[in-house]
Amino acid sequence: MANEDYEPTIVAFTCTWCTYLAADLAGTSRMGYPANLRIIRAMCSGRIDPQFVLSAFQWGADGVLIGGCHPGDCHYQEGNYKALRRFKLLKKLAAELGIEDERLRLEWISASEADKFRDVVNDMVEKLRRLGPRSQAQPLPEAVPAPAPEEAVHA
Amino acid sequence: MPKPKVGLYWCASCGGCEEAVVDLAEKILDVVAAVDIVFWPVALDFKKEDVEAMADGEMVAAFINGAVRLSEQEEMVNLLRRKAQYVIAFGSCAHLGGIPGLASLFDRESIFQYVYGQAPTVAPTDVRPQTQVTVPEGELKLPEFWDKVRALDQVIDVDYYLPGCPPTPKVIANALTALLEGKLPAKGAVLASSRALCYECERNATKPEKPSLTDIKRVWEVIADPDTCLLAQGIICLGPVTRGGCDAQCVKGNMPCTGCFGPLDRVHDFGAKGLSAIASLFASNDEAELEKLADKIPDVTGTFYRYSLPASFLFKSRAALKGDGQ
Repeated sequence: MANEDYEPTIVAFTCTWCTYLAADLAGTSRMGYPANLRIIRAMCSGRIDPQFVLSAFQWGADGVLIGGCHPGDCHYQEGNYKALRRFKLLKKLAAELGIEDERLRLEWISASEADKFRDVVNDMVEKLRRLGPRSQAQPLPEAVPAPAPEEAVHA
Repeated sequence: MPKPKVGLYWCASCGGCEEAVVDLAEKILDVVAAVDIVFWPVALDFKKEDVEAMADGEMVAAFINGAVRLSEQEEMVNLLRRKAQYVIAFGSCAHLGGIPGLASLFDRESIFQYVYGQAPTVAPTDVRPQTQVTVPEGELKLPEFWDKVRALDQVIDVDYYLPGCPPTPKVIANALTALLEGKLPAKGAVLASSRALCYECERNATKPEKPSLTDIKRVWEVIADPDTCLLAQGIICLGPVTRGGCDAQCVKGNMPCTGCFGPLDRVHDFGAKGLSAIASLFASNDEAELEKLADKIPDVTGTFYRYSLPASFLFKSRAALKGDGQ
């Protein structure tokens, strides 16, 4: 990484029943994890529309973390399975569009797994620091005119 | 009373939208009886100078099809914007970027490198077109090629959208009627149905309560039963997330909906929504099986963003998102 001061921004969509409680528990247990995370609480990981994820990237997030209950533990029976199905296809789309594997992550973290929450965040921040800003790793396609004519064409 | 004036123009498009106008068949005579077409490069001999000579707002409407990638297209649509009271984005390319919008996956340099460098050709390689070149007869000019493809509303202010690849005669006729009778909806509306395609699809009755994809088949792999919901047959049909209004013509031809009418009103990113809808039908909860199913879709971008890549979250300019210019 050229820029030592670079801090990635991670948007975390967490379900209110498991992963959000794990984050809460991590806090009350005074576990430390980097402040790179912006948590958005949803009722269920199944509520996380792929539009939210792409929108987060559009607004400049370096990474997106989706957190849900362990398989079989969903408060709404199978919302997390829906999240998983969408995630698998979304990962494929993300790869096609140049979003690296490390930037998009789905984790099952139960309400009691504060330590897992901390470890996942630490690990993701570390990996994204190494990867660098998204704009540097893969420029966001900007719908703006390219350079001035004189630089633009060369025989 | 003089007849209202309208203009038609094409940018990065295939000509199918022009065909669609001609497909109005005998209704085109009613159109010509009701309006004066004062600019239509594909069919009539009016020039840019004729448009420049008009007063601002002289045309009631300009129907513009095609996406925008060249400086010339940008100049023309800006000119038409000044001369027309209403600008109507005509067809998928102007609406959302369309098929040419998929070229946004590559920037100008990589396209030029391939086309003028690596592609098999009998011409001398790596000669790039110049925007200006002097020949004995005088100076020749070519437009600038921008880095990305843009939908019309990423370049100029657009009043209405006529969706479709191309728009069907019915939606065109309805839009013209609304325009002439002054019954246009609020600005920014997409002039088609506001319900999903499934509602008007004849096969909707055979759509299971909860379709479940155990396998994904591409259209060439099977002969689809002509009376059963295509999703129930394992063929990816984007009817559930696509705006209706086309009378399900593709499905009537036993082909799945590929989403040319674009998203419904409250959807911002068509591809993401389509992906979400299809993936949630995958009939498995097992990671490995889900990956196998996902791998049955060889080109995810091309499947879900076939007509809408430039209008997608990842490709829309961030400046446009913040509302400060393009």
